Amino acid sequence: MLHIINKSPYDRPAFDSVLKTGEGTILLIEDGVYAAVKGGTAEAKLKTALGKFKIFALTPDIEARGFAERVIDGVTLIDYAGFVDLVAENKTSQTWL
Amino acid sequence: MTTKQFMIVNRKAPYGTIYGWEALEVVLIAAAFEQDVSMAFLDDGVYQLKKGHQTKGIEIKAFEKTFGALEDYDVTKIYVDQESLTERGLTADDLTIPVEVLSRAEIGKRMEEQDIVLAF
Repeated sequence: MLHIINKSPYDRPAFDSVLKTGEGTILLIEDGVYAAVKGGTAEAKLKTALGKFKIFALTPDIEARGFAERVIDGVTLIDYAGFVDLVAENKTSQTWL
Repeated sequence: MTTKQFMIVNRKAPYGTIYGWEALEVVLIAAAFEQDVSMAFLDDGVYQLKKGHQTKGIEIKAFEKTFGALEDYDVTKIYVDQESLTERGLTADDLTIPVEVLSRAEIGKRMEEQDIVLAF
């Protein structure tokens, strides 16, 4: 299933909670995109998760926050049309509010 | 007019919520009334100061220009928590305006000195 995360991994445990569900697809949007940024203490968590999850991040949200040049390798950047495709491709999706 | 020491504490990331903008509104209003205003950035609040926000895609006004204008309002006491920067892989060079990087304990001391502390 598609897990949509819009909370910063430094502020809320949503990202950690999703990782514990096992496997699937993650889309990082809004403040959730900070999980995909290099150099912070959350980087190791995301890299471990890449083994089990396909991880996407929304480009406009990354750009808005000034981190377009610092996205962790292995994270796929998508636009709003890509967001719609992900929702359509997955049987179910959930936003971890 | 009585001058009081105001500290505006920012702990939220930009754009995900409206808190950052509301904090700036309060800063500009307090400064317009010639109050002694400082800003402290902790936790995800440090992300507000990151250089190079390109907000065209999300259609929200970027913070950078307003931060740049703070000096014109004599708001020059901008304190940033060292621990919060390090945790997020950031340094003062990544920030859009000159700031004073302090330890959390030093920021705590500055908070104690205030007449009014407003948290966002």
